[in-house]
Amino acid sequence: MAAKTKFREVEGWSFGYLALLAGLGLLVLAGLGAAWFMEHNGHYVTGMNNQIVWGMPHVFAVFLIVAASGALNVASIGSVFGKTVYKPMSRLSGLLAVALMVGGLAVLVLDLGRPDRLIVAMTTYNFKSIFAWNIYLYTGFFAIVGIYLWVQIERRMNRYAAAAGWFAFLWRLILTTGTGSIFGFLVAREAYDAAVMAPLFIAMSFSFGLAIFLLLLMFTYAGTGRPLGDRILKRMGTLLAVFVAAVLYFTVVQHLTNLYAAEHVGVERFILLEGGVYTTLFWAGQVILGGLVPLGILLLPGIAGSRSGIALASMLVVLGGMAQVYVIIIGGQAYPLVLFPGMETASSFMDGAPSTYAPSLYEIGLGLGGVAFALLMVAVSVKVLAFLPESLADSAVDPHHARPTAVQPAAAGA
Amino acid sequence: MSGFDFTRRRFMSAAAAAAGVTLAPGVTLYGIGAAARELDAPASADIRWGLLIDVNRCTDGCNACVTACIEENGLEGHGRPATDAQWIRKVRVRNPKTGAEKHLPVMCQHCAEPPCVDVCPTGASLKRADGIVLVDKHICIGCRYCMLACPYKARSFIHENLSDQKPHAPRGKGTVESCTMCVHRVDAGGTPACVEACGEKGNGAMLFGDLNDPGSEISRRIATYATRQIRGDLGVDPGVWYQNL
Repeated sequence: MAAKTKFREVEGWSFGYLALLAGLGLLVLAGLGAAWFMEHNGHYVTGMNNQIVWGMPHVFAVFLIVAASGALNVASIGSVFGKTVYKPMSRLSGLLAVALMVGGLAVLVLDLGRPDRLIVAMTTYNFKSIFAWNIYLYTGFFAIVGIYLWVQIERRMNRYAAAAGWFAFLWRLILTTGTGSIFGFLVAREAYDAAVMAPLFIAMSFSFGLAIFLLLLMFTYAGTGRPLGDRILKRMGTLLAVFVAAVLYFTVVQHLTNLYAAEHVGVERFILLEGGVYTTLFWAGQVILGGLVPLGILLLPGIAGSRSGIALASMLVVLGGMAQVYVIIIGGQAYPLVLFPGMETASSFMDGAPSTYAPSLYEIGLGLGGVAFALLMVAVSVKVLAFLPESLADSAVDPHHARPTAVQPAAAGA
Repeated sequence: MSGFDFTRRRFMSAAAAAAGVTLAPGVTLYGIGAAARELDAPASADIRWGLLIDVNRCTDGCNACVTACIEENGLEGHGRPATDAQWIRKVRVRNPKTGAEKHLPVMCQHCAEPPCVDVCPTGASLKRADGIVLVDKHICIGCRYCMLACPYKARSFIHENLSDQKPHAPRGKGTVESCTMCVHRVDAGGTPACVEACGEKGNGAMLFGDLNDPGSEISRRIATYATRQIRGDLGVDPGVWYQNL
């Protein structure tokens, strides 16, 4: 049995740490400035319009919200599935989950036409709206992950950690089902209106969340000079490969099902062949760079398990994930709404024509501000509270490590 | 307090009835049988307001309904077609196999089962008892989910500052809006501005009336002639019908 994990705050006075805070702080300010500019002038200063009503802020927000629930997986694997190797990392996992959720929601709210009416959104509900359900799912997520973190950190409450972990795990599955259903419930849009959106989003959350967690873990442990074991990283790398494969699987199912139905061939032709930037982002961004290449890096004998390989694969999964969310949100809206099936249409309101969209700097600034705010939350939290184990060396966390007859982690994992 | 309004409303409806003029067979400017709604009375579920558009009478190049809507509701844009509001638009529909073309106006279809109302998180998107779909500008947070959900691309988001608004058609930057079926006119016993303009300056292609009243002209024509709704397959039961489409 491995020794009891010791958690300790980071020092947080190094030049690097302070520079990191300053850099993130500036990005947050830039994001707030962009939001103020958009609200002050109105959304015509953005790339969004009456055809592409959700733009780059929504790409960032949905990516962060999806990744947030996935970031909680490391904790779930420890508490729910009983993998002791993951348990020391569960505090960081919960923290990252909350931070990403806050960042994503901040972007979403600041892009509203009337962000000053947030109190209306919190007090006036239409319970038939999946958006209204999501408001409960998101706020509930904060409460549940908060309790989950508390029962882990407070020694007297540790015995409830497994129960809290189960509850958090089920909640996050429902939450991501809700996020996917925002698109799944859109009956009139050719690119959406599919039950597969919910499981696809769950697979995406597993993948994006773990990739971000891995990057954060490697960055933090390298930055603080704390030991981080190769075997634990390799285990998580293999797990990431499984999640990346799951996203590819659901993507294939989504498009294959659409291709089979003659009425959906138009939208498939648009995304897969003729959609310009969306087609490029789909194949080059989502499928190749965000899917096949990381799979190769994470699984091919010889390179699998290398630290730089895992870092590169994680980065590619994040970038590919952004491309995927972009194709889903923007590409799905760019394909013209079909009012008259089988007919060609034209009007002053761009009927029948693919919509064009170029994200403005303000939208990108707001999105990056949300990312920076999430990372800033993590950076400050690991300084003020004991989130990080002093050591994640294999000998410190892996109960089988010291034994010569240890089961190989790759076989035991997943 | 409402005594004055009462009197004014009664006066207006009486004046409207007196001014009722039949412009063309089937098209009446005022006095189609709808009484003005009292200010303190709720919209009645006995009525379902709707429109019938005879596509054969709607011609290419005629924009009378669109112009009237812009004037009536103060929708003058900023010269930015991608972000300016359009409550009603003329759509050209062409059959690629035969080359046959039709031209017709498309606006909010005032669905009986409106997807915009279903998805709205705050309930700002609403359907009145008499079938008119509206946006409550006071609780719309500007999330635009209704715009994604609408099967008819009928909604616009207000992308910039507004000035010179019409008192009867309040609008607000950062909120979503769409055709109100000229609810201010309808409540006063009148017809929507597009219908009126189509009769006066256009080709009399539009008819307004109560779909729930089997004796109304709109109901009789829908029952008699080949009429359909746009994307009727979606099951949202639009209140706007098209003849000869």
